[in-house]
Amino acid sequence: MPAPEQRRLIFRHIDEEGYSNDLACYVRNGGYEVLRKAVQRKPEEIVDEVKKSGLRGRGGAGFPCGVKWSLLDRKSGKPIYLVVNADESEPGTFKDRYIIYRDPHQLLEGSVITCFANRVERAFIYIRGEFPGGAKILERAIAEARMANLIGPNILGTGYGCEVYVHRGAGAYICGEETGLIESLEGKRPYPRIKPPYFPAVLGLYQCPTIVNNVETLCHVKHIADMGGEAYSRIGTPNNTGTRIFCVSGHVRRPGYYEFEVGKITMGQLLNDVCGGPLPGRRFKAVIPGGSSAKVLKFGERFKGKRKAGSEMVEYDWGVEDIPMDFDSLAMIGTMGGSGGVIVMDDSASMVEALGNINAFYSHESCGQCTPCREGSLWMKKITARMVHGSARPEDGPLLKSVADQIAGRTICAFGEACAWPTQSFIAKFGDEFSGYAQKKAAPRPDGVPELI
Amino acid sequence: MKLSPETLQKIDEVIAHYPQRRSAALPLLHLVQEEAGFISNEAVEWIAERLQIQPINVYELVTFYPMFRQKPIGRRHVKVCRTLSCALMGAYRTCAEFQKQLNAPLGEVSPDGEVTVEFVECLASCGTAPVVMIDDELHEKVDAARARSLSDEIKAAGRAPAAKP
Repeated sequence: MPAPEQRRLIFRHIDEEGYSNDLACYVRNGGYEVLRKAVQRKPEEIVDEVKKSGLRGRGGAGFPCGVKWSLLDRKSGKPIYLVVNADESEPGTFKDRYIIYRDPHQLLEGSVITCFANRVERAFIYIRGEFPGGAKILERAIAEARMANLIGPNILGTGYGCEVYVHRGAGAYICGEETGLIESLEGKRPYPRIKPPYFPAVLGLYQCPTIVNNVETLCHVKHIADMGGEAYSRIGTPNNTGTRIFCVSGHVRRPGYYEFEVGKITMGQLLNDVCGGPLPGRRFKAVIPGGSSAKVLKFGERFKGKRKAGSEMVEYDWGVEDIPMDFDSLAMIGTMGGSGGVIVMDDSASMVEALGNINAFYSHESCGQCTPCREGSLWMKKITARMVHGSARPEDGPLLKSVADQIAGRTICAFGEACAWPTQSFIAKFGDEFSGYAQKKAAPRPDGVPELI
Repeated sequence: MKLSPETLQKIDEVIAHYPQRRSAALPLLHLVQEEAGFISNEAVEWIAERLQIQPINVYELVTFYPMFRQKPIGRRHVKVCRTLSCALMGAYRTCAEFQKQLNAPLGEVSPDGEVTVEFVECLASCGTAPVVMIDDELHEKVDAARARSLSDEIKAAGRAPAAKP
């Protein structure tokens, strides 16, 4: 079956000729009309629309956005904050970059609607330090919106006031974890907080109730406020509503960003029809479906079981190409949709070296707060680096697995899982490459195969 | 600590964004580093005083966040993304080419003081791999040939200091 057409909701204007990131262009294209209507409604109605929409967070965990908002402690009497998580750092993910650089007002409109719906009067956009241009673009967009009375003390004459500020990070992946981000915003090292009791919705920024939402998620809020939660929920598939931006990178002919209704496209359609298939003369070998921490999938493996289709249970028997790209299907087969970053590797890539690259990332980025993660991520890096640059032993695979198995579930935040899952899944699916790596390494390296570590 | 009036004004503005002064620590570190090139002990103490916190609370940020540095770097800063998508498309070759062309050992200032070449982790532009940031500007699909031409541009700009790239 050929791939469906893209459905561009968030990226509608991203590649349009002449579309610029200033307020005038945004307004010419109908910008801020949704905010104008939203501030005439009751805030609770907008929260209800988002609940009805079934929107799930696009940052990685896929947590329902409306539920997140409904957990806010609204009775504490403390101010409520919105923190926009623009710390896009999960390797393989690059969707928020294009929203910020090319359509910043869409993010601001979604953010101000979210603030209005939740009675937030101060919002911070935490943008990763590596986007200095993006921070300037957002600051200029905020200044423009402020001049037009779309942000500020009396938005569109309603008496409702909200300020939005840009806060730059400084190169630490862990700031994408919401409680680490909050610590960082408070001017500290971004050590994630333990939950309970530090659920951001109750004890977040400055110990006040706080919403932390991903950039793409907040853009979806704008479209939900526009079309209504029920209409939005009809886009995509049940429990996996709306559209999703897939960021495809690695060994495909046409890498890039593609927006589809969630669950309406399979991995095979995405990689073969949309991205043009493998590079000339190569074959797909492995794909990481949701950012580098998601468990790897091996082309050729089968996934079998029973799943819910409507009200009945049906059997499924999928190859990697058959997997629908939605949160639930990917979770069902033991990986995740995560941040939408799809990293493709073909038969030229060594899985030992690819894992060595990933392990180097996670050991660099572990915040060091929890011993299993700090030490474990470092040892996984050291072992894979030794296998590549020193001597590889048949027992290294099981050794790596035993280290990974001692990290997941034993840390304050989900980084423990994020750094263990690659090792666990690479060893489980490509164990023979690890046990046979010494022999493979002894053979001359084929021309043009890049080093990965 | 001597800072320009523009930087001092930006510092005053940014502190006002937050209900608690300490939140301005990262913005102040960025502003000071942008002007001074790196974070000295003097800068740590100055920022601490400005935010009414202990110097250790600033120093611990400098040692944690990868973007802050305690030593000067070259006049131009070449940051090559090392993470998986870029590596799959040849980032290690790109980085080696920059080192060779600019005579800069990885992570150190070149002997002429002109350039620092570094590996960094994911720059979030994986679809146009391999990517490189030179100072604040992103360059996409930088293969070895492109690394050579970018290196030439850096070297040419160094010889003519009036023409700021």
